[in-house]
Amino acid sequence: MSSGLAVKGVGDGLLVLVPDGPWEEALASLLQTVDEGGEFFKGARLALQIEGREIGAADLGHLRDLLAGRNVSLWAILGTSQLTRSAAADLGLALDLGRPSQRAREEDEPIETELPGEHAALVHRTLRSGHHIHYAGHVVVVGDVNPGAEIIAGGDVIVWGRLRGVVHAGAGGNEEAVVCALDLAPTQLRIAGQIAISPDRRGTAQPEMARLKDGQLVAEKWVDEHRRKADEHGSTG
Amino acid sequence: MTAKAATITSGKGGVGKTTATANLGVALATAGYRVVCIDGDIGLRNLDVVMGLENRIVYDLVDVVEGRCKLRQALIKDKRLADLYLIPAAQTRDKTAVSPADMVRLVKDLRGDFDWVLIDSPAGIERGFRNAIAPADLVLIVTNPEVSAVRDADRIIGLVEAEEKSPPKLIVNRVKPEMVKRGDMLSTGDILDVLAIDLIGIVPEDETVTVATNQGTPAVLDPKSRAGKAFRDIARRMNGEEVPFESLEARDGFFGRLSRMVRPGGA
Repeated sequence: MSSGLAVKGVGDGLLVLVPDGPWEEALASLLQTVDEGGEFFKGARLALQIEGREIGAADLGHLRDLLAGRNVSLWAILGTSQLTRSAAADLGLALDLGRPSQRAREEDEPIETELPGEHAALVHRTLRSGHHIHYAGHVVVVGDVNPGAEIIAGGDVIVWGRLRGVVHAGAGGNEEAVVCALDLAPTQLRIAGQIAISPDRRGTAQPEMARLKDGQLVAEKWVDEHRRKADEHGSTG
Repeated sequence: MTAKAATITSGKGGVGKTTATANLGVALATAGYRVVCIDGDIGLRNLDVVMGLENRIVYDLVDVVEGRCKLRQALIKDKRLADLYLIPAAQTRDKTAVSPADMVRLVKDLRGDFDWVLIDSPAGIERGFRNAIAPADLVLIVTNPEVSAVRDADRIIGLVEAEEKSPPKLIVNRVKPEMVKRGDMLSTGDILDVLAIDLIGIVPEDETVTVATNQGTPAVLDPKSRAGKAFRDIARRMNGEEVPFESLEARDGFFGRLSRMVRPGGA
């Protein structure tokens, strides 16, 4: 068993979850994991999930050199710290797992339909405290999102379950993005640049959709767009 | 014999991991199983104190791992039960003295001689925790009916799942039925609602545990202790027995929700 860090296959690379704690320790266990992994890591592209940790350009560059010495290339840094992200960008590293590779995209092409589609990540599990999803497209979760979990999506976030963690839809500035959940009670909800905190629950949970309406975050009963417009029309008419 | 290894962990400190380990060790040994408890909390050991074996320590876990003694020399025999042993943690070292691979090797060497290997994990999610869960066949997560403890338990469950272990089982410790009834404490149902894993035990808050812990005689040995009874039940469930969850209501006259919401082996 490896001593250390969780490693996941993501498309055409490996995603390593770097634990909290001092950077020196995390670095040591990362290198140890790579060393113990032997052939498994040779020639691999590595993405590091570092959450909110702040790492300067010098440390990132050093890490890239250490990995390169082990025939492993540093590909992406997934983090929330502005400092880290700009340092990673300076080094030419990716900031998200982003667009799938050419091959994956071809496989993703919808079969026999002329309907337009967009890229989405489907997550069929419960997201627990400490879990983190960062995706450029839409994110669909079948399961609960517990407090302490975090979803950051470039597009919409749809949760078929209870949403209690932190969620950011339209993270790239898309003000049309929405957040839907069967039970919408996030610790914090963000759409584009707006941030809101859930009010205390009143009554029983019902499916809701949060969106930006005239620059304000509002949560409404989750019904389809058409019916909402009809309802709005009905209420004003 | 091929022992099963069970790791008792929690994330948050002070929820009762060490007490649970000692009590489960005694309960399993009393039921006739050969048991060894390993204190994984290197640098902050206290399983030896709770088991009342502090003054018998000569060699410890780190001595075994670093080859200064044979495994058998570090096994401390319990003073009451013939089939219960302890491998204490080192007090003068820290978690980095041992690696997960060391723990896997150590437990492998113990499996032939025992039915159960219980590992008391340190708090936290760092090296000590990784060491403790590396050899585990079964992970028992201890939590208290508090939001912060449940949050940490959730994080730990995620980490255990990431290790591709079998799903962990939950022990809710220090439940006060009166407070739950008043709505001042999370109910077991509330906790299972968030954590969505199988329950293996509900241990009521019990003063006999504090007394027993300080005296180094686990509460399981006290036939009148309600917590002791709860730990005996958990030990039976660990061996695959179907033991109904004792309704805390029966003694306190309320708490009906619990018995409805909690089924053995199912969340």
